[in-house]
Amino acid sequence: MPDAAEDWPDQIYALLKEHDIRQVALVPDAGHSRLIKRCLADNDIKVVTLTTEEEGIGMLFGAWLGGEKGVLLMQSSGVGNCINMLSVPIAHRTPLPMIVTMRGDYGEFNPFQVPMGNATQQVLEAMGTLVKRADAPEDVAPTVNATLRMAFNTYRPTATLIGQRVIGAKTFGK
Amino acid sequence: MIAAHNAKRMYRFDLMQRLVARLEHEEAVIGGIGNTNFDLWSAGHRPQNFYMLGSMGLAVPIALGVALAQPNRKVFAVEGDGSLLMQLGCLATVATLGPKNLAILVMDNGVYQITGGQQTPAARADFVAIAQGCGLSHAAWAADETDFERQVGHCLETDGPHVIAVKLDDQPPVSQTERDPPQIRDRFMRGMGAKRSKLPG
Repeated sequence: MPDAAEDWPDQIYALLKEHDIRQVALVPDAGHSRLIKRCLADNDIKVVTLTTEEEGIGMLFGAWLGGEKGVLLMQSSGVGNCINMLSVPIAHRTPLPMIVTMRGDYGEFNPFQVPMGNATQQVLEAMGTLVKRADAPEDVAPTVNATLRMAFNTYRPTATLIGQRVIGAKTFGK
Repeated sequence: MIAAHNAKRMYRFDLMQRLVARLEHEEAVIGGIGNTNFDLWSAGHRPQNFYMLGSMGLAVPIALGVALAQPNRKVFAVEGDGSLLMQLGCLATVATLGPKNLAILVMDNGVYQITGGQQTPAARADFVAIAQGCGLSHAAWAADETDFERQVGHCLETDGPHVIAVKLDDQPPVSQTERDPPQIRDRFMRGMGAKRSKLPG
């Protein structure tokens, strides 16, 4: 049986397929690299690398308007870029599931990641997003599943925050 | 390419009417925030029109999502110059993906008209050159109304992505869009065939 400690990106990919996700918008994060590879290898998923996370809010809104489901992948710092644009799914009552890999969260070495990482959940919730955290590998898949279900069934922005404890704190070779 | 300084300054409402009159196959039009979507609205509501009340700068990303979801439908993003300046990166995103069914219409009046006509910080910028620099080779200024109609026809008849940029005069919008975002969304999704309901819209 695959080890959840390593297998959680593949479990997320399986959930994206189960929920018929057709558009994946992202600004890359190392924590999402394995999931991004799986999506890129899938001809039924359109993977769009963005210049800023805000673009993804618009693009996934357009996807829903056009009849397709999408998900936004980003790092916690990207959440800060999205604040005003989170008005889009709130005002229009549309789904926006986000899967956020955390920095500045647990054992962070880069001081610049801490302010936004520490504020990520509060910022999302202040803008009306339903936020759930996964801080153990075995919690990632059920939490992402809940995030996808709540987005598409209740028409609002939702987010799973994947804790740095799951991803491992980056050291950049230290 | 026609240089921007040679382009005639045109009337936004007139251009919106000319655009809408050319649309015969339920093409989608995403009207950017403010006076841009007001004049799209004033040109006559279509079920395939979407009107942005907020999220300045997202007309092109929204249109991109629609275009990816419905590759057989032409999708126009109509965006003001001030709005586009907020998300210039989206031009690179579009150029990289190359959606054949997407056209971007840049409405350049050089000012933030809705907030009192303050100049944008792009007085020396050329939006066609920016688009081309991002890799959108089918980008051109419309010299006048006739050229605008020719270029819209070109967008409809050939594969994109296309960019048409127009210089605008300073006339205000004709009227304002009704501000009910869930209704705007619902009508548009029905217009896209993306929402099926037994209930009337």
